Amino acid sequence: MKTSSTLTLLSAALLLSACGGEGDKTQAHGPDPKLAEQQSSLIPSMKIAEPTPWGEQKPKVPEGYSVTAIATDLAIPRQTLVLPNGDVLVAEGRGGSAAKLKPKDVIASLIKAQGNTQVKGGNRLTLLRDADGDGTYELKTVFAENLNAPYGLAFADGKLYVANQDALVRFDYTDGQTKAAGAPTKVTDLPAQINHHWTKSLAISADGRQLYVGIGSNSNVTERGMEVEIDRAMVWQIDAATGAHKPYATGLRNPTALTMQPGTGQLWTVVNERDELGPDLVPDYLTSVREGAFYGWPYSYWGQNVDPRAQPQDPAKVAAAIKPDYSLGSHVAALGVDFSIPAMGDTFADGVFVGEHGSWNRPNPVGYKVIFVPFSNGKPSGEPIHFATGFHGDDGKTRGRPVGVTVDPKGALIIADDLANTVWRVTRTQ
Amino acid sequence: MTTLSTYRPTPGPLHATLLAGTVPLFLGALLSDIAYGKTYQIQWANFASWLIAGALVFAGLALLFALVNLVRAEHKAGQPLAYFLLLLATWVLGLVNAFQHAKDAYAMMPTGLVLSAIVAVLTLAATWIGLRSGGAR
Repeated sequence: MKTSSTLTLLSAALLLSACGGEGDKTQAHGPDPKLAEQQSSLIPSMKIAEPTPWGEQKPKVPEGYSVTAIATDLAIPRQTLVLPNGDVLVAEGRGGSAAKLKPKDVIASLIKAQGNTQVKGGNRLTLLRDADGDGTYELKTVFAENLNAPYGLAFADGKLYVANQDALVRFDYTDGQTKAAGAPTKVTDLPAQINHHWTKSLAISADGRQLYVGIGSNSNVTERGMEVEIDRAMVWQIDAATGAHKPYATGLRNPTALTMQPGTGQLWTVVNERDELGPDLVPDYLTSVREGAFYGWPYSYWGQNVDPRAQPQDPAKVAAAIKPDYSLGSHVAALGVDFSIPAMGDTFADGVFVGEHGSWNRPNPVGYKVIFVPFSNGKPSGEPIHFATGFHGDDGKTRGRPVGVTVDPKGALIIADDLANTVWRVTRTQ
Repeated sequence: MTTLSTYRPTPGPLHATLLAGTVPLFLGALLSDIAYGKTYQIQWANFASWLIAGALVFAGLALLFALVNLVRAEHKAGQPLAYFLLLLATWVLGLVNAFQHAKDAYAMMPTGLVLSAIVAVLTLAATWIGLRSGGAR
């Protein structure tokens, strides 16, 4: 038993003694990260960076790009979708109703709440429209309400799909519509018991026939019991016409965003990995989702690295676990992913953007930015590049937390910020 | 002084209740840990966590009484001191055990079980000496 991090009790209690240091140095990125040794501290590190308003500040973007807030005062924006006519839909809400099982859960939830917005989730979709194309979204209107913590969004063939925390639903959509015609139609129920990880991410095949829903685990590492993990930590494939579903890939602890690779039709995801094995374990990752594959959770991580906390162990599952494609670094909390297009500019033409919500259980905060992972020949290649930063400032304060990232075909990146309740749009100036 | 005339050399009803209450709570935590180790059923670990939390409240209040008794004792060495130190050790190790039990799933084992056993013995000893002597004679 190590007591080396007793000092973190102080930082956990005080919360506000945030340090602006760069926490990235010990983080391993890329396809073959060097994994740290497992650590077990008596008191888990918790470091919530103090939230503060943006004021006159904005996220920092690369030279040749500019950033604008296209909507503010939203009710917890998570994921966004660009409709065929250029309108932007924003899913707003907060889900989860997981019971607090241990004294620790009570304390930890109080601490984590310090780093989140105090606004009530909207349970709605908001539509933003820039009719004249000047970059100002002059129309902001509620497209649909009374949803249940909507998160994943997808569109194909005149159908708008929304992944609520308990069900996948569908709206009929005609071009130019600003308000849903009525209540949505249910495609299928989704696993919703406990909903420790409540977000249901969503992607759709190019032909609009298959939907993919990411379903997070019901615990960090089975501390709510193995039996509540049935149908969790996996991606479902759902037939859009019938609602029939099957597990598409499993062992993905919390697949918080899904996206289709243009051209190949390959499904990709970003996954949030497990906590309390130290500040540099376990790497969150970006990976192509292979049909039928098992990615390790809860028994192991990054291939065959056994997690002794998941008992009883399953050596056969450990042996079957495959390695993900690309490490994003531990605890960055990737919550958004989307493929880029050439209109985003030469540097960012081929690859994916990843929205990193930022860490809460690491002494030096990481994440709190949008990165770009360059691709070549359809695979991640090279170090990530910063695209939007400044969410966690040098003054140790947090102004925003990126969630969903969506590439606008006009050549812009839309970033949902669920701390500032703002949607940002990054465009090229040259 | 009335305060001196009401001073009790043996624990009063509240002090005794708090002190004796730590025994079933810490013992219950130990038994829950054993059940968790045998079955991997997580609810036993949840029970242990709350039993330890409850025991720390009882033991912490009893520790305040024990400290007052120690300060007021005419002969501080011997049983008053032994009682106080045993109860202090129980509480401190109990707190360490509470953090150990806050780890997710099987990460609390086997250290949590070992600590629960030590704390159960300590709390029995502290209660025995505390109730027998009251910490002053």
